[in-house]
Amino acid sequence: MAYSSKVIDHYEHPRNVGSLSKEDPNVGTGLVGAPECGDVMKLQVKVNPATGVIDDAKFKTFGCGSAIASSSLATEWLKGKTVDEALAIKNTAIVDELSLPPVKIHCSVLAEDAIKAAINDYKKKQSDDGKSAEVRTQATV
Amino acid sequence: MAIKLPIYMDYHATTPCDPRVVEAMLPYFTTHFGNAASRNHPFGWEAEEAVEKGRKQIADLIGASPKEIVFTSGATESDNLAIKGAAEMYREKGNHLITCVTEHKAVIDTCKHLEKTGYRVTYLAVRKDGRVSLDEMKAAICDKTILISIMAANNEIGVLQPIAEIGAIAKAKGILFHTDAVQMVGKVPFNVNDLKVDMASISAHKMYGPKGVGALYVRRRNPRVLLASQIDGGGHERGMRSGTLNVTGVVGFGKAAELCKQEMAVEGERLRKLRDRLNDKLHKQLDELYINGSTEHRLPHNLNVSFAYVEGESLLMGINDVAVSSGSACTSASLEPSYVLKALGAGDDLAHSSIRFGLGRWSTEEEVDYVADKLTSVVTRLREMSPLYEMAKEGVDLSTMQWQTEGH
Repeated sequence: MAYSSKVIDHYEHPRNVGSLSKEDPNVGTGLVGAPECGDVMKLQVKVNPATGVIDDAKFKTFGCGSAIASSSLATEWLKGKTVDEALAIKNTAIVDELSLPPVKIHCSVLAEDAIKAAINDYKKKQSDDGKSAEVRTQATV
Repeated sequence: MAIKLPIYMDYHATTPCDPRVVEAMLPYFTTHFGNAASRNHPFGWEAEEAVEKGRKQIADLIGASPKEIVFTSGATESDNLAIKGAAEMYREKGNHLITCVTEHKAVIDTCKHLEKTGYRVTYLAVRKDGRVSLDEMKAAICDKTILISIMAANNEIGVLQPIAEIGAIAKAKGILFHTDAVQMVGKVPFNVNDLKVDMASISAHKMYGPKGVGALYVRRRNPRVLLASQIDGGGHERGMRSGTLNVTGVVGFGKAAELCKQEMAVEGERLRKLRDRLNDKLHKQLDELYINGSTEHRLPHNLNVSFAYVEGESLLMGINDVAVSSGSACTSASLEPSYVLKALGAGDDLAHSSIRFGLGRWSTEEEVDYVADKLTSVVTRLREMSPLYEMAKEGVDLSTMQWQTEGH
């Protein structure tokens, strides 16, 4: 299978590999996929509570080159975005950017799911800590 | 010594033609171009003589008589002819067949085809080591069983089935026994009489011969096996397979068989040492490796390893100057991982993490060392970015995790 040069670049030089502390109330973690399906993505965002902007994003992915590239690209895009802007990222944009073939579209879908899962985890943490955090986040958008 | 890249380590998929095979074939493209079925002029006689020589060379390799060799276009056709041909011919005797879940698709899909036309097929499971249970096989046999088809050596995991034992069971019950012997013939000793095989599929391009030619061994005595032809026409090959013979292909196939017979013992031992070297190096340099299938009953040139927590396609991408295969879904058109590895019961995650190494005539120690070192660095790098590896190191039991699988 031929990979696009962008997929190869992300595979060879993945951006933002690593982990953030799950205990941090400002960190949201998304873990999607399943080993038996051949793809598992862990994507984390660290949100600045004052601005609602994602300051940092990290990923770890078990999956094919396209899955690694999709999650690597997602972390690049997430940095500097607000939580709601992040939720607006669509898998089709990832498909376009990486020139993914039809059989690899599921990799981009998984990356979108991972973003949503991470943001939702962050929001849940914030609301568990008290409504104020979420309200503050919303207000800054 | 500098090694030439890319390195070919996928000898189960196909093998290059041995230059000695090509040399033997060349005259039959041009000056000796006759049709082996032309009985009334020297061009035909010459071609027929070459075909009969090839037939004998192949028969000698497997301990058969030349008359028992039916040429085909390859082992897929041989499997189809054996199974459909026997099923059709012995329909009045019964309609039950026995095969196994790790067979090549040429056998499994042929059996599935027969199921649509009134035959019943038992697909035996395999144990964790990849071998069928003889007790389960005996239990599956009924008075309607006409054919058992079990492969000699598996194309993914190189596991050798207990062919001699199955042959004895089949013979005692008066049931025909076919084996897809593509991966075994030419590599390790295979004798149709010792193994009590009634039919065996073989292919030239898996043993340093050309693509596009194969054979079916069809026993002529004790018992005399009859097959309904699947391709009709001029009645070539004792009426079992019509069509002008691929003379050049047969010449190459014959030469390849002769070379395998001469060199098998030395070559097999050399490849076993190389394979063990690859295995030892990988085990020294990496943890959490799993060998798929029996290490005892296995082809000497095969290694199939799962690198836990790393997905196969991403692994292949990292070793793109090495030609190997993966059981991962992403490398094939389907999204399912290898059905052979799944049948071993190791779990789909390990199937996704597997690499098949096939060594062959031109594999070298330098290549093995290069591949082992390269894999070590790629596996290490990919594990650093694997959430599964991280979780396992944190002590999370991945098998009891609730994964979000919907929609994927």
